[in-house]
Formats: sequence, C-alpha cells, structure tokens
Amino acid sequence: MDTALHDEAAALAGLGEHILAGLPGKALEAQVANGELTILAEAASIRETIAFLRDDPECAFICFIDICGVDYPAREKRFDVVYHLLSLSTNRRVRVKVATDEHTPVPSIIELFPAANWFEREAYDLYGVVFTDHPDLRRLLTDYGFEGHPLRKDFPLTGFVEVRYDDALGRVVYEPVKLTQEYRSFDFLSPWEGTEYVLPGDEKAKG
Amino acid sequence: MGEQDIRNFSINFGPQHPAAHGVLRLVLELDGEIVERVDPHIGLLHRGTEKLLEHKTYLQGTPYFDRLDYVAPMNQEHAFCLAIERLTGVEVPRRAQLIRVLYCEIGRILSHLLNVTTQAMDVGALTPPLWGFEEREKLMVFYERASGSRLHANYFRPGGVHSDLPPELIDDIEAWCDPFMKVVGDLDDLVMKNRIFKQRNVDIAVVDIKDAYAWGFSGVMVRGSGVAWDLRKSQPYECYEEMDFDIPVGKNGDNYDRQMIRMEEMRQSIHIMKQCIAKLRAPDGQGPVKTTDGKIAPPRRAEMKRSMEALIHHFKLYTEGFRVPAGEIYAAVEAPKGEFGVYLVADGTNMPYRCKIRAPGFAHLQAMEFLCRGHMLADVAAILGSIDIVFGEVDR
Repeated sequence: MDTALHDEAAALAGLGEHILAGLPGKALEAQVANGELTILAEAASIRETIAFLRDDPECAFICFIDICGVDYPAREKRFDVVYHLLSLSTNRRVRVKVATDEHTPVPSIIELFPAANWFEREAYDLYGVVFTDHPDLRRLLTDYGFEGHPLRKDFPLTGFVEVRYDDALGRVVYEPVKLTQEYRSFDFLSPWEGTEYVLPGDEKAKG
Repeated sequence: MGEQDIRNFSINFGPQHPAAHGVLRLVLELDGEIVERVDPHIGLLHRGTEKLLEHKTYLQGTPYFDRLDYVAPMNQEHAFCLAIERLTGVEVPRRAQLIRVLYCEIGRILSHLLNVTTQAMDVGALTPPLWGFEEREKLMVFYERASGSRLHANYFRPGGVHSDLPPELIDDIEAWCDPFMKVVGDLDDLVMKNRIFKQRNVDIAVVDIKDAYAWGFSGVMVRGSGVAWDLRKSQPYECYEEMDFDIPVGKNGDNYDRQMIRMEEMRQSIHIMKQCIAKLRAPDGQGPVKTTDGKIAPPRRAEMKRSMEALIHHFKLYTEGFRVPAGEIYAAVEAPKGEFGVYLVADGTNMPYRCKIRAPGFAHLQAMEFLCRGHMLADVAAILGSIDIVFGEVDR
C-alpha cells in the first residue's frame, strides 16, 4: 500500500514536471501534497494554462470540476483563485492556483469550459474577484442589490443589514443588524500551551 | 394582414412553483411555446454555509452538511469527514466503514426514490410520489434509529460514525430490502413503462458526452450519456473496493435514460446494502465504530465517567475541538446527484480556513439554458426534474 502511494506521488511529480516544461513562464511551480498535484500559475495566462491541461494528451483534464476563491488578507495579492479539473482517462485530478487582488482581473476560462460561468460569477459575488471577458458577471448567490463580498475575511459573519417584513409599509425593509448579544468568537488557539496573556505578577519574573 | 410586430414573451417560472423543486426563479424567454433563453436566478435559499463553517470547529461543522442536499444527508457529511480524515491521517475502523457504506446507499435510495417519483409528478402523474414517500419514511426510521434524527442525522463523524448499530436494526434493514425490490418492480411497471411518462421524457434534453464534461456534469448526468464513470469504482473510498455492484449506463443521454439509471441504481444499492449487512455480521466486521485516537474522536460515555484522561479528552473535544494540520485537500464522494466535493483549506487551527462545497446540482442547474433551448415550455419542468436539483446544495 505504501509503495503504491509512493509510486502515485512520483507519477504526479512527473506529471507536474511535464506541465511546467509545457508552460514555461506560465506555470510557476508544481507541488505534490496529500496525494494531490497543485500547479501554481500566472494569473494573466490562466487561459493558456487551462487549455494546455485540457488538450495535452498526457494531461487530458477534460472534465471541469470547480472554481473557487480563497482570501488571505495579509498577502499583497490577497486572493487565490483555485481551479479543479479531472481527467477521466488517467483518473487523476489537478488543482491550479493563481493569485490576484481586488483590482487585477483574471481572464475568464468560459470559452474553454462553459461550466466556468456560474463558478466565476460565484467567486465574483463572494470575493469580488473580477474576471475579464465574462459575458455576464452578475451577482449569483446573494440578494438583489446586495453590497459587499461576504466570504472575504474582513466581512463579519453577521453581515451589516437584516430584513424583516414591515406591516405598516407593506413591504420588506432592510435595517442595520441589531444583535442582543455580540457574536462570541472564542479564541481556542492556545488555552494552556504558550499563552501570551500577561498575568499579574509576571513582570517580577523578569526583573 | 400586414406584418405584425412579433416579439418574444418573457415569463417568470417560480420562485414559488411546485415543479421548481424548491425556490428557483427561472426567467424564460419564449418564442411562442419554444424556449429561447433561460436565466436561472438562484440564491434564494443561500444560508452562507461556507462562511459559517469558517467560524465553527470541525465537529460543529458536520451538521451543516446535512442541510445541503437534505434528501440524502449522510452522503454530504461523508465528503467532509473524508477531507478531515485525509488531512489528519486518521484510519477509520472497518466496522465504521461498513456502516458508512450501508447508510450512503440508504441515502442514494432516498434521493433516487424522491427524484424518480416526483419526475412522474412533473409530467402529470399525481400518486407516484406517495408510493415513494411511503418507502422513504421507512428509510428515515432507519436514520432515526441509528442517529436519533430522521433528517439531519449528524451521524458520520471524523474518524468513524457516532454510535454502533444495534443488531435488531441491522435485521430490520435486511428485512426491508427484499420487499423494496418488489416496490422498485412496481414503479418500473407503473411509471417507467407508462406511455405518458415515455412521451414526456424520451428524447428530451439529450446530452452529448463531450458537452457533459465541458459543463462539469457528474453522476447520473454523465452515466446517462454512456460513460461508466462512478467514483465508487474509479476512485474508491471506504470499502467500496470490496463491494460487488454494476454501474448502469444510458444509451441516448435523454431524460428517460437518466431515470432508468436511477431505477437500476436503487437495485444496485440494495445489492450493496445486503453485502454490507453480511459483512457487519461476520467476525471481522466487529470492533470499534470510531477511531480509538482520543485526540480526534470522543471517548465512550461510560469511559468518560470513570477515566480522568477520557474526561479531559471529552471536555477538550467538545469545547476547543481537534486541530487539523495545515494543508489543503479535495475530497469527493459519489453522492446520489453526482460528484459532491469538499475543498478544505486548513491552517492548523480548530476551524477550517476555507471550505468550498462543490455541489453537483450547481453545475447541472447552470446548464439549464443549454438543455432547454429549443424545447417546449412544458419540457422545462421535465428537464428540471431529470437533472435532480435540490436547492439546499445549489444555494448553500
């Protein structure tokens, strides 16, 4: 079993080398972790990268699986756009990641995979990643007239507005969120190992 | 008569429509009765599951997966548990794997039974859903007896399942299998062979296999077009490798083939369930139903009352939860509706950093325009039924 896993990892690494060689300057790095191949690619040339993965006979990733965003606010290019593809002939999956920010658009791959349509709309809706050449980049999941991008890390879990039906006005009204109790987000990161709380008397230990 | 000013007719289908299978608003543009353009508006059931998951521990996260495709809840939990188990490297005991497979197949029958019979309703028959719901109710009782809940089970946990099945429950599930085969046979005679059902479904929404890949289809939508692709066979998880079952495929890729496949898959599921039951009774099918690693799975209650270590584990797991090492993983299962995937990014804390839910219905529903264009207005409901949409998973 372990040797089989090892062989598979080596085969994936080989496939990663092949992809890097086929896309000089476009695919930047290939990583194999947890039995999965990840390609880090240049955002501006994502269309060529995906086309290569789909059309190259050794890759043959012809089945579209997923596009999603991930937010890392601390980074200069805060968003990752993650593509997942599947090859049925080689029974392998690949993940392609490109980095972008709020202002830099990513080329849409809708010409290669029509399925990218809603997935890109969703990434735009939830993260505010802009895709160029997308024919219909509207919001998808959120309310009509919604403002903001809810899956960004700086968007609060509770949101900003709440809705209720107003009897007097005879319609639904939007109001700022009023919570009777603050949302409690517990910090469990280190309850008893390596605490950074300053306890009374700690200063004496140093002196 | 001079030339008339002819223009297309736009109608709203939903958001409240009995054939919309939930809250779907379709903006249809019609030329006479021919559909020219379809614009599905979704998100009316959007609950922000992915955002909520980022604020809950892994253990608190599993119940959210029941609420995605609420027709087959445990299949969704399964994908999330698999993702966590692959990142933490936890081994699932054999008995837990067998129970998971057994309940995944029950979920598949729950989903297909609802879909096939409501498809009959979408094309004009009223009673078939009642026959389907009668059997679904029995299956939900099995859910309840295993987990305490008919629908939102929260039964699959990282590292295994929550509790063991009593032997009487296994007996009752076995006793249910054979009579159900007769129900499937009746459905075959009454629904699938029905003249009107055939007239409404044969040659409607034909999908070519190349289009199926490009549109990101999976599950029955791919098998209907003639490719025997099933994650249970091609990328086996749990103990599907040792199960003996066939993958039915269609010839024409139309609505009718897809429903025929669902009928056959129910029979295959029964076949798998019987094998699971036999294996659960065999000596090597005994043992724990969740990992014995106290850092992942909570201790048994009796143990927790007597052992200090178990008490500490229990307390830590239900307050802080366990940590998942940093990394990312994509885990997919063959859910009844297609490939249900979870892309999990962990940052080493007790909560997911990002959890993207890849729902099969989402990819299928966006192809509505591709499937419906050129068909009649009445076919829209039939097509929507055949791609098996549940809004819990589409809107998330």
